[in-house]
Amino acid sequence: MIYLELFLTFLKIGALTFGGGYAMLPLIAEDVAAHGWMELSELIDFIAVSESTPGPFAINAATYVGAHTAGVFGSVCATAGVVLPSFTIILIVAKFIEAFRESKLVKGAMMGLKPAVIGLISAAVISIGKTVFFPHGVIAEVFSDPVFYVSLAIFAMAVVFSFVKPLKKLSPIIVILIAAGLGIGAGYALNL
Amino acid sequence: MSSKAKRALQLFLSFFKIGAFTFGGGYAMIPLIQREVAENKKWITDDDILEIVAIAESTPGPIAINTATFVGYRTAGFFGAACATLGVVLPSFIIILFVSYLLREFANYRAVRYAFMGIKAAVLALILKALWSMYKKCPKGIVSYIVMAAAFLLVAFLHIPVVYIIIGCAIFGIVTFLLIERRAKHDLS
Repeated sequence: MIYLELFLTFLKIGALTFGGGYAMLPLIAEDVAAHGWMELSELIDFIAVSESTPGPFAINAATYVGAHTAGVFGSVCATAGVVLPSFTIILIVAKFIEAFRESKLVKGAMMGLKPAVIGLISAAVISIGKTVFFPHGVIAEVFSDPVFYVSLAIFAMAVVFSFVKPLKKLSPIIVILIAAGLGIGAGYALNL
Repeated sequence: MSSKAKRALQLFLSFFKIGAFTFGGGYAMIPLIQREVAENKKWITDDDILEIVAIAESTPGPIAINTATFVGYRTAGFFGAACATLGVVLPSFIIILFVSYLLREFANYRAVRYAFMGIKAAVLALILKALWSMYKKCPKGIVSYIVMAAAFLLVAFLHIPVVYIIIGCAIFGIVTFLLIERRAKHDLS
């Protein structure tokens, strides 16, 4: 049953992501693809939407994948699933806070998990990069496709806006709006 | 209304406001939570906030949820935790439901397709930016670099499921931590 499947999948995602934000991205991308709920390309579009709307990425993503797959009740199930592990674990931790603070298991696990998340997101960046620049696979035809060069130029613009002072202080929403404008302009100008 | 129920309702409203006005989630929420819950309402202290962030970082799940649950519990017990969590989730939930409807409705318009062609390329840069700030915050050292490289290579090239990597790295961290501690004790004696 799709509702139960959404609930359990997001329960697993909620229970296994440490660090918040994009730490959840590798697991969501993997599970959504494995179930055939959404294309990676659609998920990338959604990341932009999530950056431009309030709220945590995890909740936004669960609601969106749920709604996309099985309507309003689907999004209730996915969101409940992603929230429940945090909620339960924090209630337990709040009760036994001293033991948690001193726990060698927690300290040790974090020593492995913090760098692991960096590696996992880097791997997700590779597959997202492939989807953005080589949507039909790494083939020679890509280099004669104007879409490739438009994407490359917009990516370069966004890198400058994300890493160069003082531009990097701007909200990501502004970068997304500029990228959307450039995409529309290039699309009509080159009749892509 | 009993004082506890009143407190729970206030928690719901405060966290609803926090959920509705923070873009970027997680860490972006911390200053808002600090202002609303510690400065304005005085339900908890600034030290509590630091403790909550540390706990949220070492427990699974989104930081916003962890923080809302913790503050809610501290302030008004289980019912408070439920209200604060529901409050922080609800704005996202409502907005995204609406947006998902809009996206489906307008996805096939030419201008929208072009816009998303541009947006896709920008998202890649935004994720790189987030990755870079996470890297800067991560403790460095030989063990860290080995775990980073192993997690990356195993997923990107060998396509090992992410779940196994997370569980494996947690176990690896625990074993390494205990070994380092034992050696330190040994050296002392």
